[in-house]
Amino acid sequence: MEAIHPGTLLAASETATQNLSIFAPASPAAQSIQDLAILTGAIFALILVLVEGILLYNIWRFRARAEVTAEPAQVYGSQPVEIAWTTAPTLIVFFLILAITRTLWQAKAAQPAPQLDDHALFVKVIGHQWWWEYRYETYDGRPLNFTTANELHMPVSETGQPRRVHLTLESADVCHSFWVPRLNGKMDLLPGRTNYLMLETELPGLFLGQCAEYCGDQHANMLLRVIVEPPAEFERWLANESAPAAENVAVQTGREAFMAESCVNCHRIRGTPAEGTFGPDLTHLMSRQTLASGEIPNSPENLTDWIHNPQTTKPGCLMPAFDLSETRLEAIVNYLLTLR
Amino acid sequence: MSLAPPAHPFENATHDGSGRRFGLTAMLHTWTTSVDHKQIGILYILMSLVFLVIGGIEALLMRWQLFFPRAEVLAPNTFNQLFTMHGTTMIFFVGMPILIGLGNYLVPLMIGARDMAFPRLNAFGFWITLFGGLLVYFSFATGGAPAIGWFAYAPLTEQTFARGPATDFWALGLLISGIGTIAAAVNFVATILAMRAPGMTMRKLPFFVWTMLWTAVQMLFALPPLTAALVMILFDRQLGAHFFDVQNGGSAYLWQHLFWFFGHPEVYILILPVFGMISEVIPVFSRKVLFGYEFMAAATVAIVFISMGVWAHHMFCVGMSRTLDLVFAAASLLVSIPTGIKFFNWLATMFGGRIRFASPMLFACGFLSMFVIGGLTGIMLASVPLDFQLSDSYFVVGHFHWVLIGGTLFGTFAGIYYWYPKMTGRMLSERLARWQFWLLYIGFILTFGPMHVSGMLGMPRRIYTYDPDRGWALWNQLTTLGALIQTPSYAIFVYNLVASWRNGTPAGDDPWDAWTLEWTTTSPPPSYNFEELPVVHSRRPLWDAKHPEDPDWQYE
Ligand code: HEC
Ligand SMILES: [Cu+2]
Ligand SMILES: [Cu+2]
Repeated sequence: MEAIHPGTLLAASETATQNLSIFAPASPAAQSIQDLAILTGAIFALILVLVEGILLYNIWRFRARAEVTAEPAQVYGSQPVEIAWTTAPTLIVFFLILAITRTLWQAKAAQPAPQLDDHALFVKVIGHQWWWEYRYETYDGRPLNFTTANELHMPVSETGQPRRVHLTLESADVCHSFWVPRLNGKMDLLPGRTNYLMLETELPGLFLGQCAEYCGDQHANMLLRVIVEPPAEFERWLANESAPAAENVAVQTGREAFMAESCVNCHRIRGTPAEGTFGPDLTHLMSRQTLASGEIPNSPENLTDWIHNPQTTKPGCLMPAFDLSETRLEAIVNYLLTLR
Repeated sequence: MSLAPPAHPFENATHDGSGRRFGLTAMLHTWTTSVDHKQIGILYILMSLVFLVIGGIEALLMRWQLFFPRAEVLAPNTFNQLFTMHGTTMIFFVGMPILIGLGNYLVPLMIGARDMAFPRLNAFGFWITLFGGLLVYFSFATGGAPAIGWFAYAPLTEQTFARGPATDFWALGLLISGIGTIAAAVNFVATILAMRAPGMTMRKLPFFVWTMLWTAVQMLFALPPLTAALVMILFDRQLGAHFFDVQNGGSAYLWQHLFWFFGHPEVYILILPVFGMISEVIPVFSRKVLFGYEFMAAATVAIVFISMGVWAHHMFCVGMSRTLDLVFAAASLLVSIPTGIKFFNWLATMFGGRIRFASPMLFACGFLSMFVIGGLTGIMLASVPLDFQLSDSYFVVGHFHWVLIGGTLFGTFAGIYYWYPKMTGRMLSERLARWQFWLLYIGFILTFGPMHVSGMLGMPRRIYTYDPDRGWALWNQLTTLGALIQTPSYAIFVYNLVASWRNGTPAGDDPWDAWTLEWTTTSPPPSYNFEELPVVHSRRPLWDAKHPEDPDWQYE
C-alpha cells in the first residue's frame, strides 16, 4: 500500500482534478442526455417528495396512541381511488416515453458514409485487452490509413462548422465499452459486432474516460484520452502520424536490438520490419502523453520501467517481461525515444 | 386453537422412528434427513445467513481496496474474483434461498396445509442448492475463484480468456443450484394450487402466498434459459463447442440475451416475495385490512408478465436499433405502473390505521422509504439515452443495491422479525432490533448514496483502482465508511437470532394479534402443523374469529 504507483505522478503533473461528470457536457449528444437527466431527475424528486411525505405523515399522524384501543375502521379498497392512482403514473410514463424518444433520436444517429469535404473524421476503434487501437480511415474525405493507439486526437468543431468524428467500434477479444462522459454516452465494443458512436465538440482540450465494460484483469487501467485540437494543429498531428517512423543512425544499436527481440511479433513500427499487431502501434510512440493506455505518463523513466517489466505497472497485462540486459534495455529505450 | 404441546424447533419432526441417537449426531441426523417444510425452510435461511456473512466479507475487502486511489491492498485479479463471488453469492446463495426458505416455512402454514406438496423434492431442492453454493466456492481450492463478473459476459468465460477450472465450477454450481430452485418453484405451485385449507379459494389466499405463487411461476420461466446458457458455456469449455466463441462463429451477443432473459426476472424473483411479506406486516401493524387486495393481486401478475419482456434494458449499450431500444425502455417504464399501485395501496393501508412500531413495522417502513428511491433510479436507467451514460457505472451499482438492500433485505428483515416468534416460540429483542435498524439504515444510505454520485462523475463499475485526479476518492471513502457502519448491524442481527432463541421472551401462539392461519397453531408449530385442518371463510380467518360480529367475508 505504501508504494507510490506511477499513476499518482500523472495526477501531480496535471494540476487540477479532472472532470468526467455527465453534468459537464461538451457535445450536443452529451448535452441532450444531460437535459433528459435533469427532466427525469425533476420528476424523480417530485414523486419522491410525494411518497416520502405521505409516508411520514402516516407514520406521525397514525402512530398508535395509548388511549385508543379499539381497532380502526377497516377500509377494503376503493375502485375510483385505484383507477386514479393507476392513471396518474400512466400519464407520467407516457410523457417520459415521448421525452426519451426525442433524446434517443438526438443522441444516437446513424453513421453516414465519408464524402469529400465533409469535415468529418472516420476512425475505427478496436478494443483489446487492455488498450485501444485507433485506425484513422478518412478525414474530410481524404483517406488516411494509419494506425495509432490509446490517445484519440480529433479536431474541434466551430459554430456553423461541425467537425464530427464517426467512430466504428469493434473488439479483438472480449467485450469493452467506449465511454468519455463529457463527449457522449457509452457504446460497447463486442467481438463479432460493429457499433457506431459520434463525437463532436466545440471545446478544445483533453477529455478523459475509460473502458466501462468489465474485460478482465486490467479493466481498471483501460483508460481513454481524447485530445481535441484546433484544425491546424490536428492537421499537423495527422501529417506526423501518417509518416513512417523516424530513422536516426545515432540509435542504430537500439533499433537493431528492438528488431532482434520478440517486440516485432507484437508491435508495429511503420517503415521497419516490425509488423506485429497484437500490441499497440509504436510508430510515433513519443507523440503520446501516456503509456499503457493512459496509466502512466510517457517519460523516459516510465518507459524504461515498462519495458523492463510491464507486469509491475500493469499486473496481468498481455506484454511479458523479457529480462533484457541493462545495456540492451537502455538501447531499446533510446531508440523508442526517437519515435516522435 | 391447536392443543399440541409446543415443540422445540430442534426437536420436532424426526422422520425416523427406528434407531436411537443422542446429542449432536441425533440433531444432525434429524436435520439432514428431514423432509419437514419448516426444518427445510430454516435450513435455507441458515444457509443464506452463512453466505451473507461470506459475501459481506468480500464486499468489505473490496471497499478497503477502493478507499484510497491507487491503493495496493488487493491484486487486480483478486479484486475481480471478489466482485464475481460477491455478486454470485448474494444473488444465488443469499437472496433466492432466504426467500425460498421463508416461503417454505410459511406457505403451508398460511394455507392450512400439513406440508409442501412434495416433501422429498423439497429436501432435494435445498441440498442441491447448498451443494451448488459449495461447488462455486470450491473453485478457491483450484487456485482462485472465477473472475468473470456475476453476469459472466462471453467471451470472457471461454477457455481462451478464463483458463483455470474456476469458471467451470461457477457454471456447474449455478447449474445445479438452479435445478434446486426449479424444484422449489414446482413445489410452491403444486402446494398452493392443490393443498389449500377448505374454503380458501384462490381469491382468499394470504397475500404473501399469492406473491410466492407468482414468484414460483417466474422462476419456472426464468431459470431454464439460464440453465441452458450454463450448459452451453460448459459445452464450449469442456467439449469444444462454439456457442459463445466469437472467433469460430459464436456470439457474444447471444449470451447477453440469454443471461438477461433470466437476469431481469431474477430481480422480481428477489422482490415479489418481499412485496408479499410487506403486505402481511403493514396491515397487522396498522391494524387495518390490506387496502385494494384485488388491485394488489392484479399488479403482482402484471409485474410478472411485463417484467419478462424488459430484459434488454441491461443491454442498451450493445448497439441495438433505436426501435428496439425504445420498445424495451417503454416496457421497463410500464413496470413502474403496477409497482406504483402497490406503493399507494401500502400507504393507503397505513392511512387511518393505528400503527405500532414494533420491529417488523420498523423494517417495513425502512423498506417503504428506501425502495421507492431504488424504483425511481430504475426509471432513470430505463430512460435509454440516460442509460448510455449511467449503464455500467457506479450509478447502477448504487441503484441495484438500493433495490436489493433497501428493498429485498429490509423487507426480509421485516419478515424475519415478524415470523421468528412463530419459528422459535420466542420474541427477538426489540432493543437490539432498533440498534440493528438504525445502523443499517444510516450505513446503507451512506454506502450506496455516494455510489450514485461517483457514477455520475464517470466512475465505471468493477474497477480495482482509480487515479487520484478523478475526483472519486471522497465518494469512495464515504461508501467505505458506510460499509463500516453497516457491518455491526449484521453482527447484532446474528447475535439477536442466537441470543433470543435461547433467552427471548416466550411468544405464545399469536404475539402480534395477527390474522392469518399460521398464528392459530403453536409457536413453533408441531410437525403436522395443524391438529385439524382449519376451515376458512375470508382472507383473514383470525379476524373473523376475533370479530365474529363483523367478519371479513361480508365485505370480500
Ligand atoms: C506478446 C506480445 C508483446 C511483446 C512480445 C511485446 N509487447 Fe509491448 N505491448 C504489448 C501489449 C499487449 C501492450 C499493451 C499493454 C497494455 O497497455 O495493456 C504493449 C505495450 C507496449 C508499450 C506501450 C505502448 C503504449 O502506447 O502504451 C511499449 C512502449 C511496448 N509495449 C514496447 C515493447 C518492447 C520494446 C518490446 C520488446 C522488448 C515489446 N513491447 C514486446 C505486447 C507485447
Ligand atoms: Cu474493460
Ligand atoms: Cu432489469
